[in-house]
Amino acid sequence: MLESLSPSFNYWIYVIIMMIGLYAMISKNNFVKKLIGMSIFQTAIILFYVSISVKEGSTIPILYHDQIHPEHGEHHEDGQGDHHQALDTLAKEHHDSHADHGDAAAGSHYPDLVIKPDDFSNPLPHVLMLTAIVVGVSTLGVGLAITQKLYGEFGSIEESEILDTIKSSND
Amino acid sequence: MIDQAPALILLIPFLASIIVALVGFRFRAVCYPLVLLGMAGSVWASIVTLLSVLEGGVIRYHLGGWEPPFGIELRIDGLNALVVVVVSSVSLLAAIYSKRTVLAENGDKVSQFYSLFLLLATGLLGMVLTGDAFNLYVLIEIAALTSYALIAMGPKRATLAAYKYVIMGTIGASFYLLGVGYLYIKTGSLNMVDIQEQLVARDLAGSPAIMVSFILITVGVWIKMAFFPLHAWLPNAYCFSPTTSSCILAPLVTKVMVYVMVRMMLTVYGAEYTFAHLEWSRIIVWMAVLAILAGSISALGQTNLRKMLSFLIIAEVGYMVGGVWLAEEMGMVGSIYHIISDAFMTLCVFLFAGIIISKTGKTDLNALDGMFKKMPLTMVGFLAGAFSLIGIPPTAGFFSKWYLIQGGINSGRWEYVVALLISSLINAVLFFRIIEIAYFGVKPAEGHDHHHSDGHDKISEAPLSQLIPLLGTGVLLLVIGLYNKDIVAVISDFLSSSNLGSGIR
Repeated sequence: MLESLSPSFNYWIYVIIMMIGLYAMISKNNFVKKLIGMSIFQTAIILFYVSISVKEGSTIPILYHDQIHPEHGEHHEDGQGDHHQALDTLAKEHHDSHADHGDAAAGSHYPDLVIKPDDFSNPLPHVLMLTAIVVGVSTLGVGLAITQKLYGEFGSIEESEILDTIKSSND
Repeated sequence: MIDQAPALILLIPFLASIIVALVGFRFRAVCYPLVLLGMAGSVWASIVTLLSVLEGGVIRYHLGGWEPPFGIELRIDGLNALVVVVVSSVSLLAAIYSKRTVLAENGDKVSQFYSLFLLLATGLLGMVLTGDAFNLYVLIEIAALTSYALIAMGPKRATLAAYKYVIMGTIGASFYLLGVGYLYIKTGSLNMVDIQEQLVARDLAGSPAIMVSFILITVGVWIKMAFFPLHAWLPNAYCFSPTTSSCILAPLVTKVMVYVMVRMMLTVYGAEYTFAHLEWSRIIVWMAVLAILAGSISALGQTNLRKMLSFLIIAEVGYMVGGVWLAEEMGMVGSIYHIISDAFMTLCVFLFAGIIISKTGKTDLNALDGMFKKMPLTMVGFLAGAFSLIGIPPTAGFFSKWYLIQGGINSGRWEYVVALLISSLINAVLFFRIIEIAYFGVKPAEGHDHHHSDGHDKISEAPLSQLIPLLGTGVLLLVIGLYNKDIVAVISDFLSSSNLGSGIR
């Protein structure tokens, strides 16, 4: 049982967290608690996206200096190193776009350089999630502002009390 | 300049929204002209784009010059070129209408209102234009966040409706995002056309992950378009919001989501996968039948004008979802044509409701008492929308129903045809009831003491800023109806280019 779950446990965890959030959104009576549920719901999706980019034994997709100049990596001073690192990142991007077009050979600037995609985790889901986090925060902000307006108009943030107020004002 | 038109459709209202936000709170008078300018620019750019699509075929606009699988592209073919013209012109008409109502209903928040209005238009236009699945999610959320705020600007009940919309809308958009995640896992791409190519190249039709992503995206989009069992947020949100908000939200949000559904089914998953592989057409058409009947019957029970119209939107969404899922070319043509005609007829009746509410201050049907004498031009505009919703030729509504029913007959789905006819009959009952009240007045038994009533007699014709969009929409409904052959030709061109044939029985 556990063995069959373990390779995909990240999916199980995100589904469980998402269902906790959905439960809070549906069943809670308090409007702020519903919004907390909504936040949990969105966070579960962020977890899902981030977890799909992870590989075992992989690292962040930045090339270190020694990887490019293994023999004279030590000779450089720190100031120059920074400059080179920026160049290396650029080169890496260059390589990536080549690799995607089926060209596995290394770029012209660094002929010895071999990049194995297995060594790096996929950065794209992280980038997407930066946007999703911004969206989530703004949704929460709008939700809280609306809750505040509800409190100003009905004097309560409990759903049942507000519905009672509306019912009694209709009669 | 012409080459940049696809981007200008988005950029003009977006920049106008920023300028309104910066300048508007000091100089309130500049807001309205700026909004008109922004939306007019967008209409111009979208018409230019439509013309160049008709001439030269699909436009692929690379934002920032990045090549498609990596960068975001705007991809415009016959389908979204048509829809984008509809979205921008409906926003322009709603903007013209807003001159007095925004001052009357949200006088202290004019610049905020207009800034959100333009941002909403930008979001909706972006949803129609984009060719990138994740970008679509962001634009869905931009349109959603602005519409929450626009609805919450209304009086008391509107705030509660907006809160429910926040909760439902977030669930819908999150489902969509999850679906895109599964697609990305399997195909490694976010570009819609590229996803389709990868699905075919890697032969992923049998993959359960792709099916899960299809379910998640479809359900998410259904929540957003208020498809019947998931419609609970819509009636109150559109009924209690400020009238200007409902004039732009009611015609556009649901229709743009139907467009997104069509785009996902045809461009991303492909007709063959959606119809031939999944075989869910039978169940979903039955769901659409339920949606049509539920929406129409609920509308019968309403005495509030805008609430009645909101339930009609739910029925109309049923028409379109059913028409698409008939898995038949005529039904698909009818659904896409209905996106166009329904946007305008919903705009027409909601503009009318807004005029009545701002003139009489009442929201129920009895407020229409004797309106034919007091404001004849307004009623003429309303008649165009009402006849179109009922389906009387030569209005646009007649032709869309014609194609939808033809699709139903061709594919042998009689339950859908029957539901459409019943719904048309109910629409006839609803609108002739309104016409009766407006023409002959309220019966004394129902509207007691209306003879020695209040300021009713002082009501006169609506101001020009409200009449122009109403009558303009009425004329457009006739024009769309009369030129249905040309519009259908564009839609058929799009369908034939999206290899529909293999997925259709």
